[in-house]
Amino acid sequence: MLILQCPCCGVMADETELAAGGEAHLKRFGPGSSDDDFESYLFNRVNPKGVHFERWRHAYGCGKWFHAARCTATLEVFGTYSAQVTEPPQEIRDKISARRPGWRWREFG
Amino acid sequence: MKRYSAFAIAREALRHHSGWDRAWASPEPKKKYDAIIIGAGGHGLATAYYLGKNHGIRNVAILEKGWLGGGNTGRNTTIIRSNYLQDPSAAIYEKSRSLYEDLSQDLNYNVMFSPRGVMMLAQTQHEIRGYKRTAHANALQGVATEFIGPEKVKELCPIINIDGPRYPVLGALWQPRGGTARHDAVAWGYARACSDMGMHVIQKCEVTGIRRDGGKVVGVDTTRGAIDCDKLGIVVAGHSGVLADMAGFRLPVESLCLQALVSEPIKPCMDVVVMANTVHGYMSQSDKGEMVIGGGTDGFNNYTQRGSFHHIEETVRALIETFPMISRLKMLRQWGGIVDMTGDRSPILSKTPVEGIFLNCGWGTGGFKAIPGSGWGFAELMATGHSALCAEFSLDRFRAGRFIDESVAAGVAH
Amino acid sequence: MSTRLTGFGRLIDRSKPLRFTFDGKWMRGHPGDTLASALLANDQMLVGRSFKYHRPRGIVASGAEEPNALVNLGKGGRFEPNQRATTTELFEGLRAESQNRWPSLDFDIGSVNTYLARFLPAGFYYKMFIHPRPFWKHVYEPFIRQSAGLGRAPKDRDGDTYEHFHTHADVLVIGGGVAGLQAAKAAADTGARVFVLEQTAHWGGRAPVDARDEDRIAGQGAADWVAATVAELEAMPNVTLRLRCMGAGVYDHGYVLAYERLRDHAPDATGPRHRLWRIRAKQIISATGAIERPLSFAGNDIPGVMLASAVRDYVVNYAVSPGDRTVIATNNDDAYLTAIVLKKAGLDVPRIVDARAQGGGALMEAAKALGIRVDTGRAIAKVKGGKRVTKVQICAQAGEGGVLDEIACDAVAMSGGWSPVVHLWSHCGGKLFWDDAQAMFRPDAAHPPTGADGQGFVTCAGAASGALDMAHVLEDAHAAGLAAGKAAGGKAKRTKAPETTARADAPIEPVWLMPQGAKVELRTKTWLDFQNDVKVSDVQLAAQEGFESVEHAKRYTTLGMATDQGKLSNINGLAILSDALGQPIPQTGTTTFRPPYTPISMGAIGGEARGVVFQPIRRTPIHGWHEAHGADWEPVGQWRRPYAFPRKGESVHDAVMREVKNTREALGLLDASTLGKLIVKGPDAGKFLDMLYTNMMSTLPVGKCRYGLMCTENGFLTDDGVVARIDEDTFLCHTTTGGADRIHAHMEEWLQTEWWDWKVYVANVTEQFAQVAVVGPNARKVLEKLGGMDVRAEALPFMAWADGRIGDFDARVYRISFSGELSYEIAVRASQGLAFWEALMEAGAEFGAMPYGTEALHIMRAEKGFIMIGDETDGTVIPQDLGLDWAISKKKADYIGKRGQERAHMTDPGRWKLVGLETVDGSVLPDGAYAVGEGLNANGQRVTIGRVTSTYFSPTLGRGIAMGLVKHGPDRMGEVIDFPGTDGKTYRAKIVDPVFHDKEGAKQNV
Repeated sequence: MLILQCPCCGVMADETELAAGGEAHLKRFGPGSSDDDFESYLFNRVNPKGVHFERWRHAYGCGKWFHAARCTATLEVFGTYSAQVTEPPQEIRDKISARRPGWRWREFG
Repeated sequence: MKRYSAFAIAREALRHHSGWDRAWASPEPKKKYDAIIIGAGGHGLATAYYLGKNHGIRNVAILEKGWLGGGNTGRNTTIIRSNYLQDPSAAIYEKSRSLYEDLSQDLNYNVMFSPRGVMMLAQTQHEIRGYKRTAHANALQGVATEFIGPEKVKELCPIINIDGPRYPVLGALWQPRGGTARHDAVAWGYARACSDMGMHVIQKCEVTGIRRDGGKVVGVDTTRGAIDCDKLGIVVAGHSGVLADMAGFRLPVESLCLQALVSEPIKPCMDVVVMANTVHGYMSQSDKGEMVIGGGTDGFNNYTQRGSFHHIEETVRALIETFPMISRLKMLRQWGGIVDMTGDRSPILSKTPVEGIFLNCGWGTGGFKAIPGSGWGFAELMATGHSALCAEFSLDRFRAGRFIDESVAAGVAH
Repeated sequence: MSTRLTGFGRLIDRSKPLRFTFDGKWMRGHPGDTLASALLANDQMLVGRSFKYHRPRGIVASGAEEPNALVNLGKGGRFEPNQRATTTELFEGLRAESQNRWPSLDFDIGSVNTYLARFLPAGFYYKMFIHPRPFWKHVYEPFIRQSAGLGRAPKDRDGDTYEHFHTHADVLVIGGGVAGLQAAKAAADTGARVFVLEQTAHWGGRAPVDARDEDRIAGQGAADWVAATVAELEAMPNVTLRLRCMGAGVYDHGYVLAYERLRDHAPDATGPRHRLWRIRAKQIISATGAIERPLSFAGNDIPGVMLASAVRDYVVNYAVSPGDRTVIATNNDDAYLTAIVLKKAGLDVPRIVDARAQGGGALMEAAKALGIRVDTGRAIAKVKGGKRVTKVQICAQAGEGGVLDEIACDAVAMSGGWSPVVHLWSHCGGKLFWDDAQAMFRPDAAHPPTGADGQGFVTCAGAASGALDMAHVLEDAHAAGLAAGKAAGGKAKRTKAPETTARADAPIEPVWLMPQGAKVELRTKTWLDFQNDVKVSDVQLAAQEGFESVEHAKRYTTLGMATDQGKLSNINGLAILSDALGQPIPQTGTTTFRPPYTPISMGAIGGEARGVVFQPIRRTPIHGWHEAHGADWEPVGQWRRPYAFPRKGESVHDAVMREVKNTREALGLLDASTLGKLIVKGPDAGKFLDMLYTNMMSTLPVGKCRYGLMCTENGFLTDDGVVARIDEDTFLCHTTTGGADRIHAHMEEWLQTEWWDWKVYVANVTEQFAQVAVVGPNARKVLEKLGGMDVRAEALPFMAWADGRIGDFDARVYRISFSGELSYEIAVRASQGLAFWEALMEAGAEFGAMPYGTEALHIMRAEKGFIMIGDETDGTVIPQDLGLDWAISKKKADYIGKRGQERAHMTDPGRWKLVGLETVDGSVLPDGAYAVGEGLNANGQRVTIGRVTSTYFSPTLGRGIAMGLVKHGPDRMGEVIDFPGTDGKTYRAKIVDPVFHDKEGAKQNV
């Protein structure tokens, strides 16, 4: 039963207030994109056992989308942040690097 | 291997069962195998079994990081059915169901396949149409199902409340030869049979890396050393993404937690399996007498095998509505398993971008019922490079948009 | 025999008798009794039958770990199977019935299994019942199911109610023994908000029973200290105390489930039976104590063999003697307490059998001083008896079981040491370590379950953490309370644990089998799991057969899978397994601890939401009118919509036919309020809708309407509806009933997560408006009669909208039609909806106004060849399949789904396309039927070439009409194809245009 803090309204939201929205920081590919890019955008997922960046919506609260950085193996939450960014902010990265030394960073987007 | 029978038991009883052999051997890994299967769950073991039985490939190791059958094979609600809508699904699940019919005799191990019948309740007009469509499709697929009315539902399962105030039962899709089996026994029976063919079931052996020579697989690194192979089957359900990462490709798969629970055991009161999709829950009674209950998955990626309680709550509430008598039973135990969900919620049985690596995953919430059929088809694919049962489940279908979507009955109305 | 004593009995009120029945026989007890203590007081030691062999079973324990004393309790709507007698408080008129026996507890046919036990070892069913195949389902399985299963299935609807509570706590203390109370006190002193749960009806846990005469806590006796501390906590405003409330499960991020039994002990009181607490705690202290382990010797399952601690409980708490002559068997000092208590109660203790060569410490001396004979280095070789212990045979612990002595007795009290209750610690991943000295798994404080911040959030305190003597318990609990209070934000305090008396106990010596070299004849009679009939020999067989993982052994033997979930048996079992495998116990490890700690009622899990309040019902403003006018309801999401309005004596089908006919010929009214209404507003609204819909919306003139299609990024059609442009920056988007919330969320998702710099707001105003479709040739007449705005075609042409007044109502009128008739969809404020509807009905009476339901709506749209989301679409259909290319803009560079629709499979010319279908004989095609082609596919299935998506009897055409998706369908007009039914018939249908009625659209555009 997760608790995530909605960065928009500040509420410590119980999981029952939230709707999960899957992997974060996907770059949209539209008409004109290659089959590879489009397939990757729609389907291929990092699905890590460990640090994960994901989208959530405070569906039964302020209604806003936001991002969370969370460990899928322990459910530790490294932080939540705005939905309006294309990669995790430095402060979240620093926190993860501190908590998970040696974590292998990937390219976003 | 000593054959199991009532006579064997009687004979052993006289000497306090001191003569029983190990059900499966516990060998040291060899340097090389013709084929390695990663994952000694039901699907992995069944694959190995049919590699040996159908294709004569017996120099096989099945590597398991924990204990065999310890993943989703040992954590599911044991439902077996093949009343699927889409042709490729119906084909593999019906193959599987029909193999279950004779599996105890084939393996000389009682897997307790109990074709007690599975019904999926229709509680909206939309579901009625969806299940009638499935019944039509099944008739052409060679799957015996029928759409039955509420009176027949009540007759087959007297503990159902068909006149609930919110979602009265309007009918059901009924598969009389669907049912349940003893989940652990399926894994153990296959493991014993594989071991008997000389295959190596190696437990507590975690794969830590996949070795390639150019675009081709040559072996694996494990916690018990490097092992070479010509062909590699990855059959690890929730951990498919982790293995694919080792092999250097990404999958259209996400790992989620699916929960189930059982009640305390009571005397027999339910002789069929019932699934109620509108209210979302399903239930059957085990041979021990427990009511075995399942529901939906958590929405977020999770490798902990611990789900969120509100899903249990929703499932129980839905089933109290359908079976009011369970309100006075008690939940004995709840647990979770990590299921691998693909982009269209159908499995992947496929070659991969790496030559020699084959992938069997994505069974999501429905893997147990598919074990024999999946093993049969996947063994054929690994041995020959082609299997009609697996053809439509290839990894490239997502790129083409060729979905196998079974959720169509859960679409929206009006 | 077991009987009521004159002394002791701290929990019972002897002044008041209570009457209850067991298997129909009236018995007496007192307030404060548990059902178990009352049964023992009535000499009812035999209480049930085991699962597999139907062996006689007696009460073993005094708490939640009891595996045997399970009863069917109550009757009718209050009947409940598998109730533990040891945790059931006695009340007047209680009805209990033993389980798993037939015809009676004393004479149970199933007990024949006990004579067959040799043929029914662990896993026997995997090895037999294999042939012949049909026998499993029809012969073997029914037999196995019937002989298993314990309690009866309830038959009646639950007569009780349940409720859910939510709360937050800084520190949640689970367990109200001395450890829990001290931890709560320490935590509360830091200022933290503390919530304390105790599963029984009494504070203090084991201390009042187990404290020794000389024990003092802060100078007081244990019971006095408990009373004083509870009083202190009750007086603190930041502390909440709950009795009869069990910590059931610990979940991630500090979520705890607690199960409060409000009325189990007082069924006639008013209010809910159980309350499920959902607690969020910053810190959790598990002060859940420890459970005594049985000893493994032959015949340890015979009624009369009990845990030593339980024997002590029954004497001290309930003034019940389990037996007149009790032999004690132990490997630690605690059981001596039982001997001393029994002796003080005037009962006979013929022998203490201590497996330790050196025997015990000070307590042994005390027992000896009371004249009790202590045999050290000895063991029980075998207990004799059937439904009750009659004697024990004594042997050397070191040997194979050669009998040295025989003692007549009617009870045996055993103690194999203690296992901390680590369940709540383990639920969320807390790790354990093996403490060799104390022979127990203990919580490993270095590896606690971790919360959202990655830090531990559970601490064990007292016996639950492995502290067994009073001084350690209190120090440990105090420290845990302080630390938790501080971690939860309280102020650090320099307080100290209360002073206690030091003890001089001798150490435990692990004894996993008695005697240690027990022969196979003994091992097959030595029980580990009393309920499931798992014996030492079964676990050894599992190891022999390669079931080496503890999980394998558990599943193969069913050890620990009974209703006590191994509380009693697991450690003993895995010690036997470890020994069989020749490995140390920690290498074997434990099975996984899963919630709940003890079983909790499904009723409590479900809570209040059942029956009519199972889920919320959404009501349109006109819902009540429909109800009053005999609507036949159809659930659509959480709405209910009228399917039809059958009149008295009219079938639903006839009503539908009448409604269609009347609407086509006169005037029909439809409550369309459930349709989604989304306002999309802002300078970029047009650009945004161009991305959402396949058509071009930005070019829609103000005052006009346009039908639009929405797809998912995969290209599949997901919703449709009419969009109206309200002003330059504002659009109103209609969605399907089921789509309103989904499409709203879909829009928000794209706006917030992809195009967050676009200036657009979306508001869901579905419930702010009632909407009525006024349909039929007389539609304009009724509106003109009501008066107000100009609704003539010149002023309000087809696919236009206008604001104005209709009669007394402010209205927004859309000239749109889903039936092909002249049609106005009119939105009024929700508060005006019912009045508006009634005004239309009244004014429309002379024009033949009748309400119509969803089925008439469906038929009329099918007659016109309009698609329905959910019928023609199923999540795999793209607009191109439905001949809707006209609604897909060719000019736009992008819209959601466009790239998806360019993929190979989507542009495959072989895709099934929408056509009309007419049966050759005019009959109605079956719903969901497939059209077949030639031959079989690679998997031996019939080749299909299409399917029916909608099928109806059209009263307008007087024949069956259908729509379907057919391979190359539009190119095959006039061809006849076959649809095999599930009724054995084959339906033949001609491929036709999907528009069956008024192809030119003349009727709607007038």
